[in-house]
Amino acid sequence: MTMTSFTGTRPMPTLLRAALVAACAALPLAAQATRVATGGTTLIKNATVLTVTKGTLENTDLLIQNGKIAQIGKNLASPAGATVIDATGKYIMPGIIDPHSHMMSDAVNEGSLSVTSMVRITDVLNPTAPNIYRALASGVTSLNILHGSANTIGGQNATVKLKYGRPVAEMLFPGAPPGIKFALGENVTRKNQQQVQLPGQPAASRRYPATRMGQEEVLRDAFTRARDYKAAWDDYRAKAKTDKNAVAPRRDLELEPLVEVLEGKRLVHAHSYRSDEMLMLLNLAREFGFKVQTLQHALEGYKIASEIAAAGTGLSTFADNWSYKIEAYDAIPYNVAIVMEKGVLATINSDSDERVRRLNIDAAKLIKYGGLTEEQALRTITYNGALQLGVADKVGSIEVGKDADIAIWNAHPLSVYANVDKTFIDGEVFFDRQKDLAQRSEKEKERADLERQDPNQPPGARGRPVQPAVPEENR
Amino acid sequence: MRALPFIAPRALARPTLVAVATLASSTVLHAQLGSFNPRPGPQGTYAITNARIVPVSGPEIARGTVLIKGSKIEAVGANVAIPSGAQVLDASGLTVYPGMMDAGTSMGLSEIGQGANATVDVAEVGSFNPNAQAYYAINPHSAHIGVARVVGITSVVSRPTGGILSGQAALVNLAGSTVPEMSVVPRVALAMELPRSGFGGRRGGGGGEFAALAGAANTQDVQRLRQRQLDSLRQILKDAEAYGKSLDAYARDKTLPRPKHDVVLESMLPAVRGEEPVMMVADRAGDIRESVLFAEEMKLKPIIVGGRDAWMVAAFLKQHNVPVLLGGINDLPTREDDPYDVNWSAAGKLVAAGVRIAVTSGDAGSEVRNLPLVAGMAAAYGLSKADALKSVTLWPAQIMGVGDKMGSLDAGKVANLVVTDGDLLEAKTNTRYLFIDGRPVPLDSKHTELYTQFKQRP
Repeated sequence: MTMTSFTGTRPMPTLLRAALVAACAALPLAAQATRVATGGTTLIKNATVLTVTKGTLENTDLLIQNGKIAQIGKNLASPAGATVIDATGKYIMPGIIDPHSHMMSDAVNEGSLSVTSMVRITDVLNPTAPNIYRALASGVTSLNILHGSANTIGGQNATVKLKYGRPVAEMLFPGAPPGIKFALGENVTRKNQQQVQLPGQPAASRRYPATRMGQEEVLRDAFTRARDYKAAWDDYRAKAKTDKNAVAPRRDLELEPLVEVLEGKRLVHAHSYRSDEMLMLLNLAREFGFKVQTLQHALEGYKIASEIAAAGTGLSTFADNWSYKIEAYDAIPYNVAIVMEKGVLATINSDSDERVRRLNIDAAKLIKYGGLTEEQALRTITYNGALQLGVADKVGSIEVGKDADIAIWNAHPLSVYANVDKTFIDGEVFFDRQKDLAQRSEKEKERADLERQDPNQPPGARGRPVQPAVPEENR
Repeated sequence: MRALPFIAPRALARPTLVAVATLASSTVLHAQLGSFNPRPGPQGTYAITNARIVPVSGPEIARGTVLIKGSKIEAVGANVAIPSGAQVLDASGLTVYPGMMDAGTSMGLSEIGQGANATVDVAEVGSFNPNAQAYYAINPHSAHIGVARVVGITSVVSRPTGGILSGQAALVNLAGSTVPEMSVVPRVALAMELPRSGFGGRRGGGGGEFAALAGAANTQDVQRLRQRQLDSLRQILKDAEAYGKSLDAYARDKTLPRPKHDVVLESMLPAVRGEEPVMMVADRAGDIRESVLFAEEMKLKPIIVGGRDAWMVAAFLKQHNVPVLLGGINDLPTREDDPYDVNWSAAGKLVAAGVRIAVTSGDAGSEVRNLPLVAGMAAAYGLSKADALKSVTLWPAQIMGVGDKMGSLDAGKVANLVVTDGDLLEAKTNTRYLFIDGRPVPLDSKHTELYTQFKQRP
């Protein structure tokens, strides 16, 4: 992670800084990056702390220093220069982690081939997407941004912290293991093609595989090639130790990520719906000697809970979405409860820039549907996600030494009546409801001013030309 | 507490004798999509005692009785005499609420939206289908029904969409083996989608005419097309009015030529006579305003459906006394510079401005169950909790013209009610008993069936 070229020290006028906290995407990135340089030292006093791993602590203070959680306890002393926040009656929970998102993505699917392991989501991230701010406003701090589900083996993921307004390089989660998207079922076979056009994908033409049989074969073919490719490199490296003239194999950007999968260095997140296709993948993975990190969606996971548990695979699902397509017709909101009972690490994801803002409510549904405890429910949107993404040593729970990625809620976050007061990432405030409210009249005025400008008048008004028809060929 | 044989006291309770019989009968239907809704028990005299009661229409009763007789609520109060022979439900620690109503659905008209077109009966072909009735296409065995009602949603308005005159919406209770058994008001409103004023998408968009707009080259084209469509709409509404007058005249004077029957115009008579409301889908401020003005011009009784930007024209809506079935509360803001909570806070703003509203899920069917959470979200951002509750019970009933017989716990009203272990709008709250039309409804659904089946798999 580099900050040097973007983080200036020049102080900014308060007003401008306040404006930048909100959706102000028009400003150059360099200007935005200079705001809220707190050094991350803040004392939050007298809150109910939902640690998620170590119980609920009433009337507790939380000290953030240098972006980390430094102390948790009662009546903590305030270090010099610390910002003090009175959180009496409020709740602190870890920042929400969404294990399945397509936020910030200027492209979602490279759907032209059935294996596109060579493409990377990091290459298409837009750090100014307004939905980042909207997610922060619901206490979300990290996302697993995945390639789409157009093909059996999709592209490489990006795990990010939602440092809105910073360059992409600063949003990439430091030290997060890389991952890759796989996909099975209807989206891949394109059986919905007359009705569903996937984002970023041209009108679907017929493409192999068109059946779940073909999907198994595509995977088998790809991993057979990857295994050979790995063997060729292993041979070369062994040989190169003694033979200076050994010739390296030609690099293959398609197979390299798959070799990383075989070596356990890259996490597989597999979009899947039906239990039979999930079982196929788990068996194939076992045969090739790798682990599937998560089954994504996995709406029928509950039908093969024991098999998923035995594979050591996690499950990341919707709380209660169902019936929107054939393979979602047997989805039930008890999915998480059933697989958890068998020992599967389960999370709730959104797969949506809209729903990511309500993951706290989605988690609360699990208390109704299957009787999870509040802590278990909260873990499905925090700690369990951190485990699935390989970042649980840094985020996902409130523990001393972890990154200060947290949110202050005005009521218990599992209540439908709760909303977020402040969201911190690495100890810095990236969302503040009071500031947001305070600047609204300013923004409304700015908008009204802009709307009065000549270029924003309708055609024909104030001497503006009547809008010419768009030429036929450009429609 | 005396156990009622046909009420599963908890969603996950073991099926009782009657429930088992229900399961057996549903197995026969298993081949068709959706056959998981257990049949309700019989009407009778039921006393729900020792309950906290939230009538919605009046103050809470800390501890009292709701007495049900037949299809109606017989009495509500702290001191209600329990007739001998009544089946008594001890609801200590529980709360009784009126059942919720979602007036913005297409429940039963669409089972699986993608990839199973044969299960979708939402929109007819063409632009003017005032005689297409949801009543004749609602699938009483849709799995969506069982899933929605077990959270306490006891009735819905199911509405055709698409075209300009989409068809007739029906108000149904969510229990019954046939639509006539479910039906409360077979034709509760005429569904209309006034041609919109500009480019751009709208939720749940309709059919052919809008596609024409999408192909338009510029705003002038859009306006011309729209004007043509509005003229056609005016024409058909005027035709219906004239048809009604000719029928009236013939009824008075049989020497006049007998009017030729026209089922299309006939279906619009209640609407053009102002006896049946018109549900007008509109989200943008301009479209909302135009819908209201158009309705007034044509002497229609408008209800705005969707109403995303209604808060921007709240004073106008109040002035014209037009209610809004507010959908899209959970939609992302449409404009980049909108406040992040613009849609969440809309309900609170409208109520504060004195506009009559009801909150709807805006969903075709499967997500209708989240109606209470949508209202709760509005309450997190400005709507009072009490008003949030009204927005999914009494207010939709009033807007749909059945406020005198549904939507609150009052003697004489239809016995649609739900008994919960917590706040009705909270996600974690469990339903403990459910009555629809005075019938106790088992708390099973497709989802509990699959849960029971697979949680036991080793």
